[in-house]
Amino acid sequence: MSLLEVKNLKKSFDGLEVLKDISLTVEQGEVLAIIGPSGSGKSTLLRCCTNLETAEAGEIHYDGEFGLVFQNFNLFPHFSVLKNITDAPLRVQKRKKDEVFTEARELLRKMGLSDKADAYPYQLSGGQQQRVSIARALAMNPQVLFFDEPTSALDPELTGEILKVIKDLAAEHMTMVIVTHEMNFAKNVADHIIFMDKGVIAEQGTPEQVFGSENERMREFLGRLSN
Amino acid sequence: MDILSIVTQLGSGMLVSIEIFVCTLVFSLPLGLVISFARMSKIKPLQWLAKVYISVMRGTPLMLQLMVVYFGPYYLFGVRISTAYRMIAVMIGFAINYAAYFAEIYRGGIESMPVGQYEAAKLLGYSRVQTFFHIIFPQVVKRILPSVTNEVITLVKDTSLAFVLAVAEMFTIAKQMAASQTTMVPFVAAAVFYYVFNLIVAVGMEKLESKLNYYR
Ligand SMILES: Nc1ncnc2c1ncn2[C@@H]1O[C@H](COP(=O)(O)OP(=O)(O)OP(=O)(O)O)[C@@H](O)[C@H]1O
Ligand SMILES: [Mg+2]
Repeated sequence: MSLLEVKNLKKSFDGLEVLKDISLTVEQGEVLAIIGPSGSGKSTLLRCCTNLETAEAGEIHYDGEFGLVFQNFNLFPHFSVLKNITDAPLRVQKRKKDEVFTEARELLRKMGLSDKADAYPYQLSGGQQQRVSIARALAMNPQVLFFDEPTSALDPELTGEILKVIKDLAAEHMTMVIVTHEMNFAKNVADHIIFMDKGVIAEQGTPEQVFGSENERMREFLGRLSN
Repeated sequence: MDILSIVTQLGSGMLVSIEIFVCTLVFSLPLGLVISFARMSKIKPLQWLAKVYISVMRGTPLMLQLMVVYFGPYYLFGVRISTAYRMIAVMIGFAINYAAYFAEIYRGGIESMPVGQYEAAKLLGYSRVQTFFHIIFPQVVKRILPSVTNEVITLVKDTSLAFVLAVAEMFTIAKQMAASQTTMVPFVAAAVFYYVFNLIVAVGMEKLESKLNYYR
């Protein structure tokens, strides 16, 4: 059974059709990358899937909980790193304190941030902040994790550390949907790629299929990136 | 008449001034938050009502508002007003006036919060009430503290307006003493009092601000 199933999704902003009949499925353990030119509706699709926007038509079915990693982190600045990660599991999910803290410390260790537990977000680099926000999302134990351009707010030398974290998660069979402009990363990590253009899925398939596609818009998009 | 006896006489007025100050803050700070909610409400009539309220409270003199609160019950309903009502009228007048100013300060702070904070909270499953009081409001407090400090300092000086209802606060007593003794000394003592009061308030607010400086 699919973890996420989107059927015939439609969304417009004041008359402008941003998503025109989008359907997709995400299987357990799958990594789906969404690529496409600016304004093609990638973020809107993600925001509809995570209930930040309401679609006008179509259905979204989930099997389980989901999390979202934002482009600009959106950490809570008044909470320490540890509290950013533990607060929702404690306050929202009402889980046991020692269990939550043990898990949070383990997540911090995985993200290479063990020494930053008591720091505040402003004291961290962009890459560190993004790793905290990934840990915060993971602490809720989501079945699916969405990423909206998780590296595009970062200096180029910091994107690598985030991509590495996502790769590691993929190796652990975390189900992920990633909007990205990093083509090599999409090629290497994704099981399935969706190419969006002007609110529709213009091309999709395995990385080989998509990057070898004869689709005119796809070629044009890749050509523009390589220039 | 020596300084000491002037200060002793002014002392009781001082306590009344402090009482007005504290009560005003205790009532107007929460009331202001409620009014700012109304002002930002999606319910149009409620929003409009709050808008008019804030506009009137900020657009007319506090002194006049105090008199309306005090004499209003008599002129409107023919209720006999007791002298005990004086102090209550002062508290009500100050609280509803300052609440209007605080409401606008809260609104500015709340509206300046980035939408990403709400979205992150929503994704993590916080309820609307949890999101506001746990995530948003603590950050709003930090942002608005300088504006609140301004209002609080103005309030210290504004407490002297209670003299219009002949409440025996600091300034009222100083005025009576100056008139009966024909000396400036009570006024000077009163000035020193307000100045020191404000100095303490300023230091207190600065402490609070630096306490919230643990994050940015
Ligand atoms: N809240 C909104 N109100 C009005 N229009 C919007 C809103 N959000 C997005 N749009 C419009 O919808 C279209 C798709 O935007 P979206 O952010 O989904 O694109 P994107 O593929 O994520 O682009 P990018 O790669 O630049 O992030 C754009 O034309 C954008 O202007
Ligand atoms: Mg986008």
